[in-house]
Amino acid sequence: MESREPERPDPDQLLARVQLEDEKLRRGRLTIHLGACPGVGKTFTMLAAARRLLAQGKDVVVGIVETHGRSETDALLRGLEILPRRTVEYRGTTLTEFDLDAALARHPAILLVDELAHTNAPGSRFEKRWQDVRTLLDAQIDVHTTLNVQHVESLNDVVARITGIQVRETVPDAVLDEADEVEVVDLAPDTLLERLRAGKVYLPEAARAAAQSFFKQGNLAALRELALRKTAQLVDQRRREDRRIGGTRRVRSTSERLLVCVGPSPFSARLVRAAHRMAAVVRGELFAVHVASPTSRRLGTADQERLLQNLRIAESLGARVASIEGVDAAQAIIAFATSHDISRIVVGKTGRGRLHELLYGSFTMDVIRQSRDIDVYVIHGDAEGDGVPRAEVVTAPNQGQAWRGAVSGHLTAVLCTLVTVAVAWLLYEPPDLSTEALVLILGVVVAALLYGRWPAVVSALLSAMAFNFLLVEPRFSFAIGEPAYLLAFGVMLVVGLSLSSLVAAVRERADAAREREAEVTTLHSLARELVDAQTVEEIGRITAAHLRDVVRADIAVFVTAPGEPIDVAGLVAVHGGTDWLGHSELAVAQWCRDHGAPAGLGTNNLPGTNALFLPLRSQRGKEGVLGVRPHGDARAPSAKQRLLMDTFAEQAAAACERLGQAEERLRVRQEAATERLRSTLLASVSHDLRTPLATITGSASSLLDRGAQLDEATRTELLTGIATEAQRLNELIANLVFATRLEAGEIALHRQWTSLEEVIGSALHRARDALHHHVVTVDVAPALPLLQADPVLLEQAVFLLADNAARHTPAGTHVLVRAFVQGEELCLEVLDDGPGIPADGRARIFQRFERGKHSSGMGLGLAICAAILKSHGGVATLLPAMGHGAGFQLRLPLPTKPPPQPPDEGLLDDHG
Amino acid sequence: MAELPTDGNGARVLLVEDEAPIRRFLQSTLASRGYVVAEARTLAEARLSVTARPPEVLLLDLGLPDGCGIDLVREVRGWSPLPIVVLSARGQEQDKVAALDAGADDYLTKPFGVPELLARLRVALRHAARGETGDVRSAWSWRDERDQALRLDAALHRCWRRVAGNETEVRLTPTEFRLLHCLARHHGKVLTHTHLLREVWGPQHDGDVAYLRVYMGQLRQKLEPEPARPRWLLTEPGVGYRMEVAEDG
Repeated sequence: MESREPERPDPDQLLARVQLEDEKLRRGRLTIHLGACPGVGKTFTMLAAARRLLAQGKDVVVGIVETHGRSETDALLRGLEILPRRTVEYRGTTLTEFDLDAALARHPAILLVDELAHTNAPGSRFEKRWQDVRTLLDAQIDVHTTLNVQHVESLNDVVARITGIQVRETVPDAVLDEADEVEVVDLAPDTLLERLRAGKVYLPEAARAAAQSFFKQGNLAALRELALRKTAQLVDQRRREDRRIGGTRRVRSTSERLLVCVGPSPFSARLVRAAHRMAAVVRGELFAVHVASPTSRRLGTADQERLLQNLRIAESLGARVASIEGVDAAQAIIAFATSHDISRIVVGKTGRGRLHELLYGSFTMDVIRQSRDIDVYVIHGDAEGDGVPRAEVVTAPNQGQAWRGAVSGHLTAVLCTLVTVAVAWLLYEPPDLSTEALVLILGVVVAALLYGRWPAVVSALLSAMAFNFLLVEPRFSFAIGEPAYLLAFGVMLVVGLSLSSLVAAVRERADAAREREAEVTTLHSLARELVDAQTVEEIGRITAAHLRDVVRADIAVFVTAPGEPIDVAGLVAVHGGTDWLGHSELAVAQWCRDHGAPAGLGTNNLPGTNALFLPLRSQRGKEGVLGVRPHGDARAPSAKQRLLMDTFAEQAAAACERLGQAEERLRVRQEAATERLRSTLLASVSHDLRTPLATITGSASSLLDRGAQLDEATRTELLTGIATEAQRLNELIANLVFATRLEAGEIALHRQWTSLEEVIGSALHRARDALHHHVVTVDVAPALPLLQADPVLLEQAVFLLADNAARHTPAGTHVLVRAFVQGEELCLEVLDDGPGIPADGRARIFQRFERGKHSSGMGLGLAICAAILKSHGGVATLLPAMGHGAGFQLRLPLPTKPPPQPPDEGLLDDHG
Repeated sequence: MAELPTDGNGARVLLVEDEAPIRRFLQSTLASRGYVVAEARTLAEARLSVTARPPEVLLLDLGLPDGCGIDLVREVRGWSPLPIVVLSARGQEQDKVAALDAGADDYLTKPFGVPELLARLRVALRHAARGETGDVRSAWSWRDERDQALRLDAALHRCWRRVAGNETEVRLTPTEFRLLHCLARHHGKVLTHTHLLREVWGPQHDGDVAYLRVYMGQLRQKLEPEPARPRWLLTEPGVGYRMEVAEDG
């Protein structure tokens, strides 16, 4: 695609590249010596390179190198520092393993670690050596290692097809992608075969026989090509990355999306790898999707294990894994593909016959038919299985109980049959036996309907035999005289079988629907409850509570701030105690959080512990860890449970993120409000404080200056001025402080049973000086109910209203304070017959504070009053102007439940 | 029991306050009213001074540079009934209650006027003379400047009030009587909700503020000329109640 417009480097990609480089700078460098097969001399090459580095003065240490007794290799090892190995006791034998901890402690610049694909002895920190290597790289240690191409995950099955040998130890492609240098150790097939014949290639005893078929000219050539091609691909990939960053080529911004169907069949793994290769070629994103259908619900343990393994392979290849529900697998797949904007679907081709296809339909054909504009790629498979699980059906999970159920089912079916046989016997009326046959069929039908397939079969066989033996001529012999009876016999069997499988299918479907329903309900209620969660503790509690429905286990939810270590202090919710959270479990949890990957039981990371840890990862980052320790024999959760748990973890992480964002927004809003408040305050404070201060300073200085010359009346006047203004200053400051604290949320409500009458009494008592020249009347309705309120704050509100009335009306004005119940509210009014409030000031009278335009200190007072009422769930309003004067009303909700009533008592006796 | 309202009678006051201007003002005011004033700026100084030469009344600021005054209240109460009046700001009702419950006798909210200060000191000194149970007389009578009056005979369990020169007997319930009696014994002094609840209803009734509100309301209805603007039974919002009276001998 050529474009004429000038190409600019994509800033996002540049950034990503810089981050990648940064990451690489912080990590150690990984050098992989890649070979086509054993014996090409990878270890030799690696050691030779190491010696060169050592000669250059580099700190090179051998972590682990297998020389297999070869003298050339041994010679190269001489003079190199070699880390002692760790010995591991396993099933009576002593194994030696690479010692990761010793390597981390020694911390050399360069470490040699042979055989990247090696699987560690059980009980090691990691299951695979490549995981050890990643840890070393994280610790900024450069690692040199060796790898055979057959161990590369995505090439695994190609190699298997070429050589006929399936290799179990694989290394994810991502590890190769991370390598800073991949060096192919190449040897011509002829030379290799020569070496082999000369006994220079080490092979374990067990592999001797296989080696015969493995080391063939054709195989070796194919493997060599694979190794070279893989390297070329890696190089090409890097070049393309460079080009993208260099801005020389326009690159599609949206990558293609591929979907591969995964089932429990061993073939599925191959399918996944093929899809991964295809995705790599188009640089697309891969989705591995498993359709859980009614039959898959009843997969056997082995199949479940394989399904999980296949999904794990997909995950390790970087695919996004999903499990969807659907009775019609093809329909479910197409729906998923459409909703996820998928352009290619990869399915397997089965070797099933046409009859099978006619009877059961073909998943592949269904997908193709429904695919519309999505391309469907059909990959050849040699076994059964087409991405949709079709596996042997296991009756029920609880073996003992299921067995008892089956036995009683069979027994009852037999009894039932015996009854029908008895009835048929009684009805025996030769030569026409159709009634008897129908009665017997009834027995089969009942057995099929009530007890399922096998009891139906038993019943059918029993009935047919009874029919033959007891009723059909010659009687009391199994010989069949007439072909018509043979037919009747057949019909009985067919009816029994088909009815029972029909019933079984219906039942399975109903069970599946029920289970799906339960699952959907769980997820739905989880999501709904999480939306309302206000704290991380709630999120944890909700998640744990729902997880309990899915798996019987101890559950721990950690939520920690980035960089904070995972420990018991970070626990936000626990189900079933914390005893199991030992030092090592916490370390696994920590690893899980740090790497954002599942760890522990049933995973590839640190599998040595009895608990499974799932990261809580959101768009924002790592929120925490979900820990699950299954009860009982500590078996890893099933594939289905794992997928549900993953969903739970996702939901919990998303909820944490949402909460964090809400808190952040609130904080920003509060800060903005505080900032606005501060500036408003500063503006008003400077004016309002200066006026009384000027009076005080002026009066005091003239008294100091010439107090003696002033007459008594003037002196008193000045002193009164000082006292009054100081009092005003005091109230102003009190209001300022109060308003600031109120706004900042520093004032907590201390609610208690409060009498409004008392509140009015103490407020008027406090305002008595200001109201000295006013005519105050109080009218409190008798027997006002008590309120649930903060008496101090409420007193302040009433005081401010009274003070307000006193300040803004001339002496002699009547002030009426009254309180009464109106509907569900307690009303308090402060009315005066003063000059009233100008029309233009009415609208914003409670908001002056916000506007900062008030001309005297009272502006704060009404705003505080309004805020206090609001905090009590009440409201402060200005009553409509009626003729003259002003009126303020405070309305407070009555308590929902009445206060405790003291017991009634009689009056004291007259005479004591 | 009549004291001269302006006379400290040479009573020793220990003034614990870290602000120099306030110390200066209190020192000169109190000295001019016949008190002998010793000063302390910190808790440590106050501790020394109180033990070395116990004053007759302690005037204590709650916010001090080296700690909270409440601690000193608690310490002093451990060994002495000496009257303590604490100084604190508005909006610190919790602190006031804490100080009172720790054993302080009364409080003053800053800023305060001189008459208020002297009244509190007077009441505190008077109550110190009476000890823990308060005024143990069996009969009281109070009258204000508008010739409204209140009379209580504890022995007879009877009470009278006079409004506009008209004295009538007021019939009280047993609880109302106990509440009024308690306030009367400690008249002039603030009593916290906890104190009143314990004394009137017993120690198990710590939390039922609602009871207190109901009975105070009933008492005011029966005794006060204007219940919503009480003359005798004052409310200290968030703290408690005080019987504010000028004694009639």
